[in-house]
Amino acid sequence: MALLQIAEPGQSAAPHEHKLAIGIDLGTTNSLVATVQSGQPKTLVDKEGQTILPSAVCYEENNIVVGHSAKSNAPLDAANTLISVKRFLGKGLSDVAHLDLPYQFVEQQGQLAITTRQGPINPIQASSEILSTLKQRAIDSFGGEEITGAVITVPAYFDDAQRQGTKDAAELAGLNVLRLLNEPTAAAVAYGLDSGQEGVIAVYDLGGGTFDISILRLNKGVFEVLATGGDSALGGDDFDALLVEHFKQQTSITSPDADTLRLFMEKARACKEALTSYKTVNVGLDLGEQQFTIEVSKEFFEQAAESLVKKTLRACRRALKDAEIDKDQVIEVVMVGGSTRMPIVREKVGEFFAKEPLTSIDPDQVVAIGAAIQADILVGNKPDSEMLLLDVLPLSLGLETMGGLVEKIIPRNTTIPVARAQEFTTFKDGQTAMSLHVVQGERELVDDSRSLAKFSLKGIPAMAAGAAHIRVTFKVDADGLLSVTAMEKSTGVQAEIQVKPSFGLSDDQVAQMLKSSMVNAKEDMQARMLKEQQVEALRVIEALNASLEQSGHLLLSEERAEIDSEINKLAVLRETATAPEQLKSALEAIDKASSEFASRRMDESIKQALQGQSVDEV
Amino acid sequence: MKYFELFSYPISFDIDLNAINARYLELQKVVHPDKFAHESSQQQLLAVQKTAELNDAFETLKHPLKRAEYMLSEQGIELKSEQQTLQDPMFLMQQMELREALEEITASDDPDAAIDDFDASIKLLRNDFFDQLKPILLSTEKAQLEAAADIVRKLKFVYKLQQELERVEDALFDD
Repeated sequence: MALLQIAEPGQSAAPHEHKLAIGIDLGTTNSLVATVQSGQPKTLVDKEGQTILPSAVCYEENNIVVGHSAKSNAPLDAANTLISVKRFLGKGLSDVAHLDLPYQFVEQQGQLAITTRQGPINPIQASSEILSTLKQRAIDSFGGEEITGAVITVPAYFDDAQRQGTKDAAELAGLNVLRLLNEPTAAAVAYGLDSGQEGVIAVYDLGGGTFDISILRLNKGVFEVLATGGDSALGGDDFDALLVEHFKQQTSITSPDADTLRLFMEKARACKEALTSYKTVNVGLDLGEQQFTIEVSKEFFEQAAESLVKKTLRACRRALKDAEIDKDQVIEVVMVGGSTRMPIVREKVGEFFAKEPLTSIDPDQVVAIGAAIQADILVGNKPDSEMLLLDVLPLSLGLETMGGLVEKIIPRNTTIPVARAQEFTTFKDGQTAMSLHVVQGERELVDDSRSLAKFSLKGIPAMAAGAAHIRVTFKVDADGLLSVTAMEKSTGVQAEIQVKPSFGLSDDQVAQMLKSSMVNAKEDMQARMLKEQQVEALRVIEALNASLEQSGHLLLSEERAEIDSEINKLAVLRETATAPEQLKSALEAIDKASSEFASRRMDESIKQALQGQSVDEV
Repeated sequence: MKYFELFSYPISFDIDLNAINARYLELQKVVHPDKFAHESSQQQLLAVQKTAELNDAFETLKHPLKRAEYMLSEQGIELKSEQQTLQDPMFLMQQMELREALEEITASDDPDAAIDDFDASIKLLRNDFFDQLKPILLSTEKAQLEAAADIVRKLKFVYKLQQELERVEDALFDD
């Protein structure tokens, strides 16, 4: 007797098919991981029950330590403890040379790296250690089950090199990246602002050391980043510093030693946190010989803090101006970052926008939660979800032209993915090569823009000036990542070059780093690659079977038979393959056999999407 | 014309932007790479290409100048990277006068009013050109299409003036 399967609407009848997807907030100061379980988004904790993982990586003699102990140990081993490494992603040596930091920066294969006792470590590797730790935390809390995919958040203003660096770090950590998501968009998603509403949203993000303000426009499920601004050197730490200053005055210890200063800082932080719920706080400072009790009132603290808050509001005003938006057009204000717990911050931000800011979700967790919600949808756990986040290019992309000027190929705020081509010509008789310099930014001069890549197109047949036509194509994918190709087309001679951003990693470099990290982890590279291919094979088989069930009618019976046979082959090989290459070629074969089916399906769904409309509305 | 086809919309210069917008979102829901995030990389690549094409089509159709240019190019008249110069002394004279007026805005007694006036005269000019364009944009006669191309060239000048007006405005009111 067959049993009927009963399922709630929107839930799968087969719960074991629920795929594990995670959202990661890879922050400058702290990082978090979240997931959606039984329809509820929640952050995951480590073995000690902690949600927050400080973004600190310490390279010890034979060990890599990530998180709380790395952070607390940092003062004792500053040169080998990489803190806030996100600041260095996608940057070159010249960008960081002027910073006063305890690190020894070097350049390694064109990459910025920091010398540690384990050798030079680049920001991508250090970020991947943080991501690996969070990935492991998720696997542990899922009872050892593999993760299907991850959404990782990035600041809205991140350029191509920084996004590429983030993605490389995730891949190095063995994560299947479903999407890079803008942090403010993630926060808005966590509050469910994607459904129903239309209008402008402000996301106010005050973290430990940075402040970001983003102005987003929401239009029928489309999120558009209108403007971003902020202060990369303003955060909760500055509020603590106000209290440290007060302690110094009250104790008459104007130049405390390192231990005393650390005590002051800890107490300042605790005092600031206590003042969110108490009118006055008594701070006990035990300095051995001397003991102090200092009374701090909420009023005193808020008076001192007001100028810092005002500074953030000035940045808000600028961002609104850039977005060409009036304050009263803002329909919601989302609060992100631990420092927005301070009542004075909420109050002043509320006054500024004349609107009660959204604070019901923990401001430390809100970005990770939004990322988890999107990951859950992307992985296919909510097939009925209507949510669609259409993102825009944060900064214009262009090419250097004569005289150091930038010719914009794709302007900022263009909806992605996008492909644009532009034609250029040779300017000298007999010119056989052309060099191309890809830049990003809003400025008109190359020197003021971020350089992404330089490459040259060689082998152009010698012709009169202006006779050769070089077509340069910029492609930006849904993550905002760029690839550039160039070809000479007038004579039919083609030369094509794929560009990797200067600060991204080549596939070889990724493989090399993977290999060296495997030596440490005693994990087998072949085994890992095989596992990845098995996961990919399963994904392909499941997806193909699902689409065959739905759209099998688009195939002739012999076409269907061919695809079925490839699926069977792949399914068998998935169980029996001993080397990743075997699966790789089976995957290629199935891609080939099903490519026609894939495009027919796409055309069919386009037709269906507009069915009925053309007749009724026009 | 494949952009109109993609939106299942009749080929015409006059379009209902709300309808195009609604169709764009419907199409995004079926082609966007996010809808294929759990499928094979081949399917994802196809989705990226389709969505890029859709975004391009939408960008082209919603903007009147780009729309006109596209419709001409589909009929064999390519204006995108042409070197041809305008041969209409009357029009060029008018453009020079407008440019002078633009430069005088900054020094005027009431820049706000001057900007409004200038903006209004550009809009008038623009609408006039669009009215001339509509009846001939889909003509079967080559000469008519060439005339349409000339109007589009003039419209490009007008749009450039619009951009420069914005720049003047920014410079005037920036802090």
